[in-house]
Amino acid sequence: MAAANQSPRYYVNYSTRVDKVGLRPQINTAVRATVAVIVTVIMLIPVIWMGMTAFKNRPDAVSVPPKVFFEPTLEGFVFLLTDRRQLTAAEDEQLSARNDLSYFEQVALERGQSIIGQSAFPSQLINSLIISGVSTFFSVAFGVLAAYAFSRFNIPGKDDLLFFILSQRMLPAVVVTIPIFLMYREVGLHDTHLGMILLYTAFNLSFSVWLLKGFIDEIPREYEEAALVDGYTRLQAFRKVVLPQAVTGIAATTVFALIFSWNEYAFALMLTSDVARTAPPSIPIRLGTGGIEWAAIAAGSLLFLIPVVIVTFALRKHLLRGVTFGAIRKG
Amino acid sequence: MAQIELRQVEKKFGESFAVKPLDLTIQNGEFIVLLGPSGCGKTTTLRMISGLEAVTTGTILLDGRDVTWAHPSDRDIAFVFQFFALYSHMTARENIAFPLQAQRVPRAEISAKVAEVARMLRIEHILDSKPGSLSGGDQQRVALARALVRRPAAFLMDEPLGALDAEFREGMRAEIKQLHIRQEATTVYVTHDQIEAMAMGDRIVIMSKAQVQQVGTPHQVYHDPANLFVARFIGSPGMNLLNARYSDGKAILPGGSAVTVPGAYRAALDHALNDSDGAVIVGFRPEALRVNVTDGECSGVVYADDLHGGYSMLHLELADDVIIHGRMSRDTAHPIGETMVFDIDPAMMRFFHPKTELAIHINGGAA
Repeated sequence: MAAANQSPRYYVNYSTRVDKVGLRPQINTAVRATVAVIVTVIMLIPVIWMGMTAFKNRPDAVSVPPKVFFEPTLEGFVFLLTDRRQLTAAEDEQLSARNDLSYFEQVALERGQSIIGQSAFPSQLINSLIISGVSTFFSVAFGVLAAYAFSRFNIPGKDDLLFFILSQRMLPAVVVTIPIFLMYREVGLHDTHLGMILLYTAFNLSFSVWLLKGFIDEIPREYEEAALVDGYTRLQAFRKVVLPQAVTGIAATTVFALIFSWNEYAFALMLTSDVARTAPPSIPIRLGTGGIEWAAIAAGSLLFLIPVVIVTFALRKHLLRGVTFGAIRKG
Repeated sequence: MAQIELRQVEKKFGESFAVKPLDLTIQNGEFIVLLGPSGCGKTTTLRMISGLEAVTTGTILLDGRDVTWAHPSDRDIAFVFQFFALYSHMTARENIAFPLQAQRVPRAEISAKVAEVARMLRIEHILDSKPGSLSGGDQQRVALARALVRRPAAFLMDEPLGALDAEFREGMRAEIKQLHIRQEATTVYVTHDQIEAMAMGDRIVIMSKAQVQQVGTPHQVYHDPANLFVARFIGSPGMNLLNARYSDGKAILPGGSAVTVPGAYRAALDHALNDSDGAVIVGFRPEALRVNVTDGECSGVVYADDLHGGYSMLHLELADDVIIHGRMSRDTAHPIGETMVFDIDPAMMRFFHPKTELAIHINGGAA
C-alpha cells in the first residue's frame, strides 16, 4: 500500500494518468510491444518464406530443414515466365559451348533445358489487371451513385431493395458457378473478359453499395443543401460537394472490391480457360505439370501480390479512416 | 432585396403537422426572427422558404413572384446553416467563391467580390485556410461571406450562432445585426434563444406546436404577450402568472392578497370573465414587482434571493408552491423567511383568460 503513494523518481512532464506512471505500467507497455512484434513476425512468416522461396534454386527450395541463408537466383522467375523443353546430352553440350546465350537461356541450360517460348503467366497477370481493374471501377462508380440515392431519396421499398442487393452476396461462389457456367456458355460470355468483368462487378456492387451508403449517410445533408441554395443542380452538388467528402469511403471500397476480384478463384477456374484466364487459377495448375517447381510458384505468387500491395499502400491514408467504416469522419 | 410572403403555408409529415397553416408577410429589408422551442416548426418554415422542403399546401411569394415550386437555386436566396456547412475540401476562399462559380461569373469578378466581402467581414487573413483549422466564429464568418457574396434577395439563417461558444455568440450577434443594417437585406433568422431574438429582430414570430403564437416587435411580445405560452416563453424568468379571482375591481391572489385592477381593464374583465366565474390569470414581469412600498397591497415570504450580478432576483412565496419572481436592486439583501409587503406596477399588469389562455385586452375583451 505504501508503494502506491510513492512519487515516481522522475518528473512527469507529459500528459498521462497517475496510474500509468511508474515501473509496472512501463513493464506492461514493454510486454505488450513485445507480444505485438512476435505476433507480427508469426503472421509474416508465410509471406517471407514465399518471398525467399521465389529466389531459391530447386534444391534449396525443397531442402529440409528450409535454408534461411542461400544464394539467390532468378531461376524461379525464369521458369515462371517461360516454357521449356528437356535437352538431349548432345544438344546440351552443343549449347554449353556457345557464349552468346541470354541470361534466361543460361539459367535454363543449367537445368538441362532450353526455352521454347513465353509462358502464359504474363498474359494471365494482364488479364487479372484488366478484369479486376475495370470491374472495380464500375462497381465503385455504380455503387456510389446507388448508395447516394439510397441515402438521400425516399425510394419506395428501399429496405427490400437494399436486402435484395445484399442477398446477391449470400450464396457461396461454388454453388452458383455451375448455373453461371451454363448461362455464360449459352450467351457466349464464357472465357471472355467482358463476362468476368460483369460477374465481378455484380458481385462487388452489393458490397460497395452497402459500404458506401454508410459513408454517405455520414455526410451531412447541409453540404448539398448549401450547394443547392447557392445555385447548383443536384448532380453538380453531388459531383462538387458529396464526392470529395466521400473520398475516404470510395478509397476503402475500391481496395475491398479490388482485393476481392483480384483474389477470386472459384469463378475464374470454372469460367475461364485460355483467353480470359486470370492469375489465381493459373498458379495452382502449375502444381500438376511435371515436377513441382516451388520456386516458380512462389515467384508467381510474389508477382501476384505486388499490384494489390501498391494500391493499398497508395490509399493507406484513407484506409486508416476507412476501416472504421465511416465511424470517424474527416473533419 | 425582397419581400417574402407566405400564404396559408402548411407542412405535414404523414398525419402530423410540422407547420400549421401560416400567413406571414416579411417586408423588404426586415429582420424577422422565428423563435420557439425545438420541434415547433420554425426550421421547417425556413426550409420551405428556401425550397429545401416542399410545402404541403400554400403559396410562397418572393417579391410577388410565386416560387412555391421553384428549385432552391432559382429563388435567389442564401441559407446559413447552424453547423456552417462549409466544404472541408476547399479553402475559405474557394468556399466563398463557390456560389459565384454556379452563376459562371468571370474569374476576375469573383476574386474582386470575394475580396470585398472578406474585407467587410474582416476575414482576409484566413482566406487560404481550410475550414477545419478555423475557430467556430471564423467558420461562421466564412459561411456568412459565402451567403453575402452573391447579394441574394434574402438571407435565411438557421440558428447560425447555435454552434458557437458563448463568448463568440455575443460578438457575432452584433456583427450579423450590423451586416443586416448595412446591407438592408431581408433576413429570416431562426433561433430558440429568446435573447438573440429580442436583440436582433425587427419583428419576432413566436411558434409553438407547429403554430404561430404571436407576431410582433420585441417590445410587443415582451410587454403584451398574446397568450400564456408567449408570456412564459419570453423573459428569463418568464412572466409571473398567478391564478386569481376577479371581483369588484380587485383581483384576489393566491394567499389572500388583493391587488387593485387598473381602471382601464375593469370593463374588459367584466366582459371577458362572465363565463369563467371571475377566475383570471394575472401576469406581470419581474421588474413590475415593487417591494417595501408603504402602501403595498400584498405580502409574501422571501423564498430565495439570488444575486445575478447587476441585479438580484427575489423569489416570494405567496402560498404553497406559488412563487413569484421580482427583479431588485443588488444593494439590498432580503433575509429568507422575512415577510415582505409588495405591490405590482399597474402599468405592467396583464390579464389572461384561464380557459382560452389568451390575453384580455383593454378594449375588446379576449383577443
